[in-house]
Amino acid sequence: MPRYIGKEMSRVDGVAKVTGKAKYAAEFRAPNLAYGFIVLGSVAKGTIRAIDTREAESASGVIRVFTHLNAPKLGPKASTEYAPPRNAREQDKSFRALQSDRIYFNAQPVALVVAETYEQARYAARLVKVTYNAEKHTTDTEAVRERARVPSQGPPPRPRGNPEEAMKSAPVKVEAEYRIPIEHHNPMEPHAAVAVWEGDRLTIFDKTQEVYGVRRHLASLFNVPEENVQVISPYVGGAFGSSLRPNYYPSLTAMAARELKRPVKVVYTRTQMFTGHGHRPYTIQKIALGAEASGKLSAMIHEAVHNTSTFEEFSDNTTGFTRQVYACPNLYAPTKITDTDLNTPTWMRAPGAVSGMFALECAMDELAYALKIDPLELRLINYAEVDPESGKPFSSKALRECYRLGAEKFGWKNRKFEPRSMRDGRLLVGWGTATGVWGAFQSPATARITFRGEGTAHVVSATSDIGPGTYTVVTMIAAEYLGLTPERVQFELGDTKFPRAPAQGGSQTTASVGSAVHGAALAVTARLFALANQDANSPLKGAVASDVEMLDGRLRLKNDPSRFVQIAEVMRHNNLTEITETFESKPSEERRKYAMLAHGAQFIEVKVDPDLGTVRVTRAIEVTACGRVINPKASHSQEIGGVVWGIGMALTEATEIDHRYGRIMNPNLQHYHVPVNADVHEVETLFVEEDDQIVNPLGVKGMGELGMVGIPAAIANAVFHATGKRIRELPITPDKLL
Amino acid sequence: MKDYSDETSGPELTADEEALLKEMPTLTDVGQARRTFLGQTITGSLGLFALMLLEKEQALAALGTSPEAVFAAAPALENPVKVVLKVNGATKTLELDSRMVLLDALRERLELTGTKKGCDQGQCGACTVLVDGRRVLSCLTLAATLEGREVTTIEGLAKGEELHPVQAAFIKYDGFQCGYCTPGQICSAVGLLEEARRGEVSHVTEDVTAPVRQLTDDEIRERMSGNICRCGAYPKIVAAIQEAHSGRETARTWRFVEEEELARVRKGGEADETV
Amino acid sequence: MRPFKYVRAINADEAARAVASNPQAKFLAGGTNILDLMKEDVERPNELVDLTRLKLAEIKTAPGGGLTIGALAKNTDTANHPLIRKNYPLLTQAIVAGASGQLRNMATNGGNLMQRTRCQYFYDTAMPCNKREPGSGCGALEGLNRIHAIFGWSEKCVATYPGDMANALYALEAVVRVRNAEGRERTIPIGEFHRLPGDTPERDNNLQHGELITAIELPKSPFAKHSYYLKVRDRASYAFALVAVAAALELDGGRVKQARIVLGGVAHKPWRSPEAEAALSGRPASEESFRRAAEAALKDAKPLAHNAYKVELGKRAVVRALMRASRLA
Repeated sequence: MPRYIGKEMSRVDGVAKVTGKAKYAAEFRAPNLAYGFIVLGSVAKGTIRAIDTREAESASGVIRVFTHLNAPKLGPKASTEYAPPRNAREQDKSFRALQSDRIYFNAQPVALVVAETYEQARYAARLVKVTYNAEKHTTDTEAVRERARVPSQGPPPRPRGNPEEAMKSAPVKVEAEYRIPIEHHNPMEPHAAVAVWEGDRLTIFDKTQEVYGVRRHLASLFNVPEENVQVISPYVGGAFGSSLRPNYYPSLTAMAARELKRPVKVVYTRTQMFTGHGHRPYTIQKIALGAEASGKLSAMIHEAVHNTSTFEEFSDNTTGFTRQVYACPNLYAPTKITDTDLNTPTWMRAPGAVSGMFALECAMDELAYALKIDPLELRLINYAEVDPESGKPFSSKALRECYRLGAEKFGWKNRKFEPRSMRDGRLLVGWGTATGVWGAFQSPATARITFRGEGTAHVVSATSDIGPGTYTVVTMIAAEYLGLTPERVQFELGDTKFPRAPAQGGSQTTASVGSAVHGAALAVTARLFALANQDANSPLKGAVASDVEMLDGRLRLKNDPSRFVQIAEVMRHNNLTEITETFESKPSEERRKYAMLAHGAQFIEVKVDPDLGTVRVTRAIEVTACGRVINPKASHSQEIGGVVWGIGMALTEATEIDHRYGRIMNPNLQHYHVPVNADVHEVETLFVEEDDQIVNPLGVKGMGELGMVGIPAAIANAVFHATGKRIRELPITPDKLL
Repeated sequence: MKDYSDETSGPELTADEEALLKEMPTLTDVGQARRTFLGQTITGSLGLFALMLLEKEQALAALGTSPEAVFAAAPALENPVKVVLKVNGATKTLELDSRMVLLDALRERLELTGTKKGCDQGQCGACTVLVDGRRVLSCLTLAATLEGREVTTIEGLAKGEELHPVQAAFIKYDGFQCGYCTPGQICSAVGLLEEARRGEVSHVTEDVTAPVRQLTDDEIRERMSGNICRCGAYPKIVAAIQEAHSGRETARTWRFVEEEELARVRKGGEADETV
Repeated sequence: MRPFKYVRAINADEAARAVASNPQAKFLAGGTNILDLMKEDVERPNELVDLTRLKLAEIKTAPGGGLTIGALAKNTDTANHPLIRKNYPLLTQAIVAGASGQLRNMATNGGNLMQRTRCQYFYDTAMPCNKREPGSGCGALEGLNRIHAIFGWSEKCVATYPGDMANALYALEAVVRVRNAEGRERTIPIGEFHRLPGDTPERDNNLQHGELITAIELPKSPFAKHSYYLKVRDRASYAFALVAVAAALELDGGRVKQARIVLGGVAHKPWRSPEAEAALSGRPASEESFRRAAEAALKDAKPLAHNAYKVELGKRAVVRALMRASRLA
């Protein structure tokens, strides 16, 4: 019986966060700190003709103005033309600031003003005068849709069965196009870095989801050994994918600091948050579904096209999960990309999945209405018992239970099938559902535990906690397996001085880092057991390491707790004050035999004002099957976050570009509408735990993305049910429902 | 039962831990937080975290100035303004650039980085502080205008070791994830509670001519809408504020599915009538 | 933000004189809009005259039964003043429909009238905008104009006035009292305070440089029982209006004795509809009458490429606001 795992625990970093003591990247102090302010360009494509920095440089407090003319070229690959990488391992073709006169996207950085104070830098940035040789640009994905191609990386998309033939002969068909605008992450903390050089050693405080990734990037750009770069990121004020890649500001900040021989801080403005990292791409999806009259799917053709940049290929594999969600013998689901003069898109919460499932799950709803079959029933009819793509069994899959329990909890049986058939006074009521799916990923990760004789442990791993509660969940895992109370465990993360961990992305952190901590705890246990067994009279004689566990200062037999040794005594006896074990966990070979997915069923109630077109999501139920839940308190917060993101995507969020200028016109939070408190009502979660021995030693699957995946579709389906209007282009703003 | 807060399944307490618990008077104000809050006193948990951060900064603080360091030719402030104000009860005398807003004065001059810069243009609420007891946005408040005013930031809410009830309630209900909007949310909530005590109305107040007493959850949602939380902790923020406002606990909205329920729906087969 | 001289004014005359004597000086009250725009380099004063110490925050009854509201009273205090909640609930509703609690605690009534458009092109100094930079063109006219004007726009500017409070003030026929550097006072009916863009969109209103708003005067109102402020926006709160309606009715039995209809978010100024008001006068307070009034209110709308929805939304919003005002819904 676990003592902590699966039980509610408040965040161990809670007090730090509610008292303002938690420090984020921009908040670290360094002596003689100078302030950098980025100057953004104003054309979408072309070259810089001239750049006049004289006025800026003579302004009060200005130390230097960096432009492509005086900024040092970075890295072994100083070429700015983004030639193909010299070897396959070198994949980083991301945009780098001030490396040439070329303009790749509007609001690209063209200068960095560094001054003694923030006010001085911000003002002088307005004094930099730039003229351009503008070239004809394309920022509208619709305009270059026909030029879409399959990404050069990865296998070409192959059809399953014979989708075209099957589609032709399907008795019931639906076909539609769906559109998702560009969206931006907008974490509350703007990206920031504070860079300090001591000779050729760099310390950088950065907002990142992967300290090791930033280290590798900077070491390569500044031609220093990786060990010379320390990246520190103890708190991250949200990221949602926007800090998976290093972005251009850490190298810009480090460059300025190195040139000026003093610490420099650069913080994005909110406006810079719209071009300073990637975005969820503009995605056009064409879906055709063919089915028997029974509802059985006979053909699925799902084609996605989204934008990438002109200098880098990015694909979020929009249609990836379409291949695995429903049993269907005939399928074609390519994702294609097309070049635009925008910065490269990137992963944004539930990347690909939420976009692809928006289209697929709306199309399933359309099919349900074409068939006159309950939308939930249609999903059960097409339930995939094994992975339709590989034919492999699922390591675990409790999706059917999610559908049924969610339906019960939501009261789905009271739903009237016909649209516009349910009302609450003047308001139209709509109920919609959709399926959520995400991979159960795991990457190699390393953790180190130092167990001290007095019964405390220090645990380290260079992962991040961008908000899901990694500090807490790792503390719980360590406490569980070291037999300590959580307050006797100290966990540190976000620093390259700790062992390597993967990026906090893809909902894989607990599976990866948690497994490493679990492994390290077992290594401590085994070490103590070996030490104890050096004593010929040990009460544990005859047992093997896997028979014993640590609890409350004792090393004891699991099945006979009366046989134990005092850990402190064992250590004293061996003249040890502490034991340190490092463990690298890796995905098991066993995983290859299975398909591994996390699933969920999502139920949404909307109330629509038919006169004014306003939509309120009044009820949301998430039923989630994602293996074992370590800390349901924080997991529930993740689920709520997923719903809130789904509401934003479905109803309010869109990055608007004036294609005449190729410029984002709402790079702020007054016009880019993320949901506010009043947009969010009840969010309930049911956890359907799966006993999955395959995925990883802890049996956990991620949930950070999963909770969002089905929500936009469920909302759009609920809006259809409420109003009879099928809105296929997000967001569903009031004007679309008049 | 998987409930860490449940007395029967919670961990055994050592004498030390019992003593620790008794030192946490705030926690008794917020019901079950008492137990789940274990080990998270300001001295305990915060001490630990502060120490970790301090260590990282210490190395830097020791850094000398490089002999080659470049400084501005004309570093002087234009339009300096002298301001005397109170921040968290302490008198501060500042000579600052007339352009400096309170937010930057707190973060860059007073080492009070608890107040957050989210948008710097009045569109997110992360920089909310209290000026003379009322919640305002520090990003749109010129520091120069604050002569003689009293500023309270997130660092000034706790009384010594005792968290402000709103701070404790945020922990109890998990009213945050990344924590970046949290100081602004909490300062906003503290201001809101006072506004509620004064009977102030909001956009969702049905009859603005009538007195307003207890705030409904919808009232709290509307009144907190000037504080964006991108992690989406809104329902838990509302629960935390509701408890601080009325003492009313909000029931938990998650649970584990029981084995019997699973067995029942698995038995249901294809023609399940719940669907 | 450009360097500026900060001046803390002690009294109104001194403040007005300070601004009048420097063409690049501006008043500073709540700061909620001007500081934002200064950071964006849209506003570029070289001197800010801080008004916050002036004694202009009083709210008191006026001779004749009206109310005088100090220009420096905070929005929050104005909305919650017992006399305003009782006699001018429309004003309370309009104020609390705007911004956020924090912003309303900072914003003053005078400053609220002075807030500038939220047009994206106005905010972005890399884009053309005749309001920000006369002669540079209007980016929105043929660009993104979903949130722009459907009434009273010109080829030079299609921006809207973004505020809520002024819409209610117009329905209540408020008067703005201003004072110049010579100490001379004048009053401007609220309907004449803001301007249509015409050929000079750089001028939002009819104030002279250096004129200081000292008070807003509300006449005695017959509308306290039957008024409603409706705001339709892209999210539930903390967003600018797509369309807003300030509706006020004086009912005589079941009939409309007089009506006031002002639309927000549709023009460069609060847009009052005398046609709709006339259509209601003497008619029964019924959904049918309200529909006729709504048709009249939106009859002359001239939508742009992306905001035709505002015409239909405007009609429906007028009907809903009148239904709520008359307590039929």
